[in-house]
Amino acid sequence: MDDLVVSTPVGLFCPAGGFHIDPWGPAERAVVTHVHADHARPGSAAYLCTEASAPFLRRRMGEAAVVQGTAYGERVRLGGAVVSFHPAGHVLGSAQIRIEAAGQVWVISGDYKRAPDPTCPPFEPVRGDVFVTEATFALPIYRWPEPDAVAREVMAWWERNRQAHVASLLFCYAMGKAQRLLAELARLTDRPVLVHGAVAEVSELYRQQGVSMLATTRVAELPARRSYAGELVLAPLSAGGTPWVRRFGEREIALASGWMRVRGTRRRKGYDRGFVLSDHADWPALLRTIEETGAGRVLVTHGYTEELARFLREGGRDAGVLATHFEGEADV
Amino acid sequence: MKAFARLYEELDRTTSTNAKVAAMAAYFRSAPAGDAAWALFFLTQRKIKRLLPTRVLWELTLEMTGMPGWLLEHCYAAVGDGAELVALLVDRPVDRPPAEDLSLERWMEERVLPLKDMDLAAQARAMREYWSDLETLEILVLNKIITGEFRVGASATLAIRALAQVAGVPQPIMAHRVMGDWPPSAGFFQHLLAPEPEHRLDSHPYPFFLASPLEEDPASLGARAEWMAEWKWDGIRAQLVRRGGATYVWSRGEELVTERFPEVIAGATHLPEGTVLDGELLAFRDQVLPFAVLQKRIGRQKLTPSILADAPVAFMAYDVLEEGGEDLRERPLSERRARLEALLARAAAPALRASPVVEGSGWPDLARVREEARARNVEGLMLKRLSSPYRTGRRRGDWWKWKIAPYTIDAVLIYAHPGHGRRATLFTDYTFAVWDQGELVPVAKAYSGLSDAEIAELDAWVRRHTRERFGPTRAVEPVQVFELAFEGIAASTRHRGGVAVRFPRILRWRKDKPAAEADTLDSVKALLTARA
Repeated sequence: MDDLVVSTPVGLFCPAGGFHIDPWGPAERAVVTHVHADHARPGSAAYLCTEASAPFLRRRMGEAAVVQGTAYGERVRLGGAVVSFHPAGHVLGSAQIRIEAAGQVWVISGDYKRAPDPTCPPFEPVRGDVFVTEATFALPIYRWPEPDAVAREVMAWWERNRQAHVASLLFCYAMGKAQRLLAELARLTDRPVLVHGAVAEVSELYRQQGVSMLATTRVAELPARRSYAGELVLAPLSAGGTPWVRRFGEREIALASGWMRVRGTRRRKGYDRGFVLSDHADWPALLRTIEETGAGRVLVTHGYTEELARFLREGGRDAGVLATHFEGEADV
Repeated sequence: MKAFARLYEELDRTTSTNAKVAAMAAYFRSAPAGDAAWALFFLTQRKIKRLLPTRVLWELTLEMTGMPGWLLEHCYAAVGDGAELVALLVDRPVDRPPAEDLSLERWMEERVLPLKDMDLAAQARAMREYWSDLETLEILVLNKIITGEFRVGASATLAIRALAQVAGVPQPIMAHRVMGDWPPSAGFFQHLLAPEPEHRLDSHPYPFFLASPLEEDPASLGARAEWMAEWKWDGIRAQLVRRGGATYVWSRGEELVTERFPEVIAGATHLPEGTVLDGELLAFRDQVLPFAVLQKRIGRQKLTPSILADAPVAFMAYDVLEEGGEDLRERPLSERRARLEALLARAAAPALRASPVVEGSGWPDLARVREEARARNVEGLMLKRLSSPYRTGRRRGDWWKWKIAPYTIDAVLIYAHPGHGRRATLFTDYTFAVWDQGELVPVAKAYSGLSDAEIAELDAWVRRHTRERFGPTRAVEPVQVFELAFEGIAASTRHRGGVAVRFPRILRWRKDKPAAEADTLDSVKALLTARA
């Protein structure tokens, strides 16, 4: 039987349906798992994504782009394939893609996590013949603490900095992680948080979809020469080390990311603190998910692919690596 | 244990010297004296004997987690620290409530040290139990203690500075009080905090004074006549203490190494009571022998007559810190030097030599003499201010090391391996090769010398130009050329290229140079014959 999905120079391609999944180059039709920049790239003629992803994608690709949103679970016919989106629990709008064609069912996980997240619907296991899984954190050292415990750590850090009259500058992905933090912290405080413009823009779209979070103020709207002592500021990683951060005066800087589980990574990146909060599945969650899909064959892409595939093979499963152009490890 | 683990985390977290000192001082103030004593023991880089090798902790981890060995290796490549690796794999499941906290002193005395008298099975049972009681960070600290690898991101000097603050005594006095061997007990810690030192142990060395590298023209130091020049020896810095009828030889790492050097002990019996000399242990027969000879000697567990004959050692003294029981460190170098010469002349022991003063009337003369360094198996010159006291630690201004330029070659990157600690998950450890009859032969491994930006760039390059994987190691396309520097070169039968280089490091990334133009094995071997 032919593979439903193959690797091409611009990304994963489904020949039966005539579409690409998260292509990194221009494609006729792009089916998008979620709107992070490395998965949703400009240049394709038409995009298909979830309803929740559509507003983000339209903002990103501009008004001229052809973006079609579809509800979770809805079956869409593309060429000779039937495609549907299912919650991946990664960020708002994120989805696994189920493809049915020629009597086979393939499930492409996209990025996913199993930990609770107040900003998006939880991951739903989808049964299929072949499961294509991500492997960003596919090593047994990556096991996540409970997110509410991490949120309390963030609060304690902020509180300590407040007492020391220094700013708390917390770096995180502007799409997803920042909103998850704002939603988690809303259970512990009602103090407003300052945000970088990139975080503010995404948060606005989250609020329009009914996600409740702490009140935020854009740093850019504040008067110049204001003191930031005691404030919590959320900013994207790209703002780190730029003149933008200088305004905060005396500050501690932290990063919220799964990579912070390893001490050396935090030290190398020069953060004062690391909070272990990831939007990806940890090792136990990867194994559990693969089990739950009931897939007879597993293809691993993105991250510690060789490791996960070999581990699965040694456990008697049909598993291999689906090569992509990019190696993981950049994800936070 | 929790408070100590938190201290470890704070020291690990900050790069600010002041913050480190403040964290240690806060700990010394708040911890019970018994805990503080153990903390000081570790913070001043003292070690307990290794109770369990890391290998055993790894085996236990494999058993507990059921994971295959290769996967543990891959995890290690991502973590870069054996103790942390284990902690990340065996730490408590989140749903288990933490056990009651036990003090560091009780951990050490009731749990850690007793491991010594257990058989392997009992040790394994104990470790499983200990791990299940602790948080991730505490497990990491415990593992480091047990494997004898405890290190923290703060120097002993900083710990001493913190303790001096707490005790309200000057830092050099505190430095002196914590030198040598002492028991980590509550009583000892309270004794350290006393305003006046009560007694001194006979074995007690003085804190070493360390030289700084001279980067500018020596003319910037002022008149040549104010300075004494000596060879910069390539040996083991040591202090020789002769008190109470006994001899103690301390290395710079404050390790008592007396038994390793019987010829020096024999010579020291000719020294008068109450003498302390600072100098260098060197392999020596009529003249200084290469460092490799000394290395052969220190590498041996047993000192057989043949190794004593093949690698004889002498103590090259360059300073006297105590004579007749009197502390001379505040006296000017000119006076100490005269006393040293007289003292050694009276002792007339061949294994104790005075480091000769290097003549040369002006700086240009001295620069010419310095060119002989390589032929003499030394690293360059030392410049010491004649009017200076013997200071503590690395203080700039009075002692300078004026080293000769290193050897350099251009070599091709062939393998990359993930780094350790701060550099885990990045490819930062490299193997370099030179050409030999159309083939690349590895000649050196180097870990340092690139900037963080260059490391990141090279890391990304390695990932995209991997030819083959050997576990975590990547064989890469042989295109990148680097200029390497190293301090020494020796013939070696254990290395494929037939040469071993000392202290190799990367000088620069030669993006301008094609791999074909890198050095050849012949040109590297020519450096062997270039030296004496």
